[in-house]
Amino acid sequence: MDGETQLIFERSVAGRRGFLFPENDVETKPIDNLIPENYRRNGETCLPEVSEVDVVRHFTELASRSFGVDAGFYPLGSCTMKYNPKVNEDIAALSGFTSLHPLQPSEDVQGILELMYKLTKGLCELTGMQWGTLQPFAGAHGEFTGMKLFKAYFKSRGEHDRRKILVPTSAHGTNPASAHISGFEVQEIEADHRGLVSIEDLKKHLDENLAGIMLTNPNTLGLFEKDIETIATLVHDAGGLLYYDGANLNAIMGKVRPGDMGFDVIHMNLHKTFSTPHGGGGPGAGPVLVSKRLVKFLPVPDVEKQGEAYDFCFAHPESIGRISGFYGNIGVLTRAYAFLLAMGSDGLTAASEMAVLNANYLRSRLKTSFSIPFEGICKHEFVLSAKNIKEEFGISALDVAKALLDAGIHPPTIYFPLIVPEALMIEPTESESKETLDRFVEVMESIAKQAAVDPQKLHDAPHQTPVRRVDEVQAAKHPIVAWRPE
Amino acid sequence: MIQHPYLPQTEDEIKSMLETIGVSSIDDLFSDIAPSVLLQKELNLPKTKTEWEVYQELSHLAEKNRSAISFLGCGSYDHIIPSVVGRIMGLPMFYTSYTPYQAEISQGVLQAIFEFQSMICSITGMDVANASLYDGATAAVEAAAMAVNSSRNSDTILVSETVHPSTKAVLRTYFGDLGINIVEVPAEKGRSNFAAIRDALKSEVAAVLVQTPNIFGYLEDLTGLADAVHDNKSKLIVSSNPMSLGIARSQAEWNADIAVGDTQPFGLPSYFGGPSVGYIATREKLMRKLPGRIVGQTTDAEGKRAFVLTLQAREQHIKRERATSNICSNQALAALGTTIYLSLIGKQGLKEAGNLCLQKAHYLHDRLVKELGAEALSAEPFFNEFTLNIGSKTDDLIKALRSGGIYGGVRVENLDERYQGLVTIAVTEKRTKQEMDRYVDIAREVL
Amino acid sequence: MAMSVDKSLKYTENHEWVKVKGEVAYVGISDHAQEELGDIVFVELPELDDEVSKGDEVVNIESVKAAAPVYAPVSGKITEVNDALEDAPETINEAPYDTFIFALELSDTSELDDLMDAAAYEAFLKEEE
Repeated sequence: MDGETQLIFERSVAGRRGFLFPENDVETKPIDNLIPENYRRNGETCLPEVSEVDVVRHFTELASRSFGVDAGFYPLGSCTMKYNPKVNEDIAALSGFTSLHPLQPSEDVQGILELMYKLTKGLCELTGMQWGTLQPFAGAHGEFTGMKLFKAYFKSRGEHDRRKILVPTSAHGTNPASAHISGFEVQEIEADHRGLVSIEDLKKHLDENLAGIMLTNPNTLGLFEKDIETIATLVHDAGGLLYYDGANLNAIMGKVRPGDMGFDVIHMNLHKTFSTPHGGGGPGAGPVLVSKRLVKFLPVPDVEKQGEAYDFCFAHPESIGRISGFYGNIGVLTRAYAFLLAMGSDGLTAASEMAVLNANYLRSRLKTSFSIPFEGICKHEFVLSAKNIKEEFGISALDVAKALLDAGIHPPTIYFPLIVPEALMIEPTESESKETLDRFVEVMESIAKQAAVDPQKLHDAPHQTPVRRVDEVQAAKHPIVAWRPE
Repeated sequence: MIQHPYLPQTEDEIKSMLETIGVSSIDDLFSDIAPSVLLQKELNLPKTKTEWEVYQELSHLAEKNRSAISFLGCGSYDHIIPSVVGRIMGLPMFYTSYTPYQAEISQGVLQAIFEFQSMICSITGMDVANASLYDGATAAVEAAAMAVNSSRNSDTILVSETVHPSTKAVLRTYFGDLGINIVEVPAEKGRSNFAAIRDALKSEVAAVLVQTPNIFGYLEDLTGLADAVHDNKSKLIVSSNPMSLGIARSQAEWNADIAVGDTQPFGLPSYFGGPSVGYIATREKLMRKLPGRIVGQTTDAEGKRAFVLTLQAREQHIKRERATSNICSNQALAALGTTIYLSLIGKQGLKEAGNLCLQKAHYLHDRLVKELGAEALSAEPFFNEFTLNIGSKTDDLIKALRSGGIYGGVRVENLDERYQGLVTIAVTEKRTKQEMDRYVDIAREVL
Repeated sequence: MAMSVDKSLKYTENHEWVKVKGEVAYVGISDHAQEELGDIVFVELPELDDEVSKGDEVVNIESVKAAAPVYAPVSGKITEVNDALEDAPETINEAPYDTFIFALELSDTSELDDLMDAAAYEAFLKEEE
């Protein structure tokens, strides 16, 4: 596809309609009689006037200018771009789910309540936690909820001075952000030469102001925090709590559980680990699961089982309250529950095993062309550095990423984590076959070779995509964020 | 190794890969996990099931839910959804794609978001909108945070009592422990008391939040409110059901600073409350204070029009003392649904749909109030929801309607126990005269 | 990479530079800071006559990929802001030491002693690496 695509507004022709409503079957009264003038809108919106065919063709064209997991390899580190099962789409579309209004009486929504209850229970078993909430809409929302839980816990104990949250330097940006906006102070903890949390540095901050630590395990380098038990003991002994960022849970299902490692509060990313579609950026779901002592602070409403019946319960006096308008992204939860059933105990374990196998395989094969900052086995993802080709040929991680686009492969995550220069974070997931991985290696090796032979071509990449590199400076300096009629 | 359609690796391939890595078994790849935490037993979950079995089990769960002809509203509405919406949302390159960070191969997703932003601007009358937030309640939180962050020494948000109780509850959860006061200004007969709101304005007030149509369905007359709020150097945040805005005055026309709400009525099923789509829109001067993702228009290296995520600087560096929320993703696919819906119905359709809701709601209202003598909470104008004071007969009414296959309305006491005996009834373009007549016939026996 | 350090100025640990003219302190950001930020696209300036204390966040600078606060290196009242930055924020990238962002009337000249001189700032930069 080349040339510019029209905006839907630019396809508009006055008088066209894409959808008609049934005619009014009750008496039509003049609008002015029902809504006086001072409440009325003056003028019209500039919504487009297009036919149904126009709409279908327009969005079909837009879809063709996008790239999804269904099209090809998507090794975005920390995003877990695994296959989105199609049966989950059919299940999620059942009218027995879609037609439910959130304020229907409980006896009429036993099916969805049962699903929510069993999903929570299943996620707790997977992660070694006691109970949880499915309300958070995304991982960051879950983190925020978790931080509120920390606060409620310390408040209940009269420990108002516990204001400090420790965060590794390799942490994802939302971790310190979530802590900070919840009213905590953030203290960074250094990584040691192994890329893991430095116990020495950690020990400096275990005072009476400690609220806790936020970790992901494996960490953002794809390395398992071997000292996790020590860390947990140190933090708990100092009176703090442990928070687990579940972004990397795909590495350890059936192998080790955050609860068993000592974490008090965790969030999961169902759109990562549990195969729900990323949808171009959402909707996702970030359930929060907790250990026993924190259950009473969970958001309301809670789903509970009484005998054989399920119901919402609001009677939790120490709850932090509501964190969403209703109950969360239910449409995402139905897909996640389907995935839980489809995989089961053996399937989830196998998924993690294959995810880790695939990552280690890629790591071994790419060692020769790129620099790998940390020795030893990785878990489900690993970090490469393009610094060797940057120094020799001036080719950056960004250039490598853009060159991959020409090969029909979505680039890995770049420039994260910040502690590795020219970082490329690669997470293949368990969905990928050996052939896909081998082809990826071939393409990466050819890019490394091209860096030596024709670096300019890489600087100008991509060449084959619908648009070339975009001017981000102009977009930020003179933002145009909406179409306006002439 | 189990066999599974989602796991392509064969035993031979596994062996070959292990060899390349230089280990002898899968277990070796987990040797970095201390034996003391390594799971020694299997997870206590059922084993893997085949696709058909999963489908059966979930269908069974779906069948345990019931529906009825719905007059339920209060933030989630039963509107007609064109078939095209679901078909386009189901296109693989839309729903299996990630956030469009790599602009060159994500122009489709980016342009769709740009069109969404444009439509929100048009409907609200505002200059700029973002790529969507989680839902209407959290959008109100974000707006409040914007107001607090862009003013000095302010620690109070005034909220009219007639704002949705869940929105108020979420505001309290977010701000309660940060020293920001959420102060509810009592309503009067189902509508905001603007004199009281004006009296409550003082220098510590960062913003005033009102909702129109309000929780009871009534339109609020915001004449002069913006002036009073601005004189106090505060911000006016107005939350509106966007389906009303083809007919009702837009937030920009009320001179609001920030417009928020939920676009679930546009092309999305109720789905037990989620996913829906929060929207937030504001004036040009507050653009760089908007949270969340924003798509901007620019050019590529060859001068072609292109779209890209922009103003990303706002997202991660939240070091300020008064920063209050970190919502930074969007409801992408659901927002796409809204964009498709609005493209299909167009400017005429928005007015038509609004008018149908209006006419039908008034039909039911008039029959219940004038014919059956039900007590309306207010005589003020409403859009597609209104509230009746049924008092001690509420149980009987709701039960009778339910037996007749109708959800008669939301018992507002379930949202806030102060509202005993109040029932809020929503009517959309989907409801027929026949359904409403049946409602009246059943209600006649009770009231 | 060696960033240039203007020898006539004073510096803070947050990479602000300070030039004192009588009772007024002019404030900008160093070459190191602008390089780290990348292309600057927006500068949020303070209001004139604002009273700020040393360490207060006074300015917010946005680039394509980052947002960085600029803190008041000393206490005082804002007497001048560089309005030209509204249309041309990139001048900070082009000439960081010639482009001031805001100026304030000092309320406590002893605070100037806490600032680093060029040599100390250079050493500080080396240590950061």
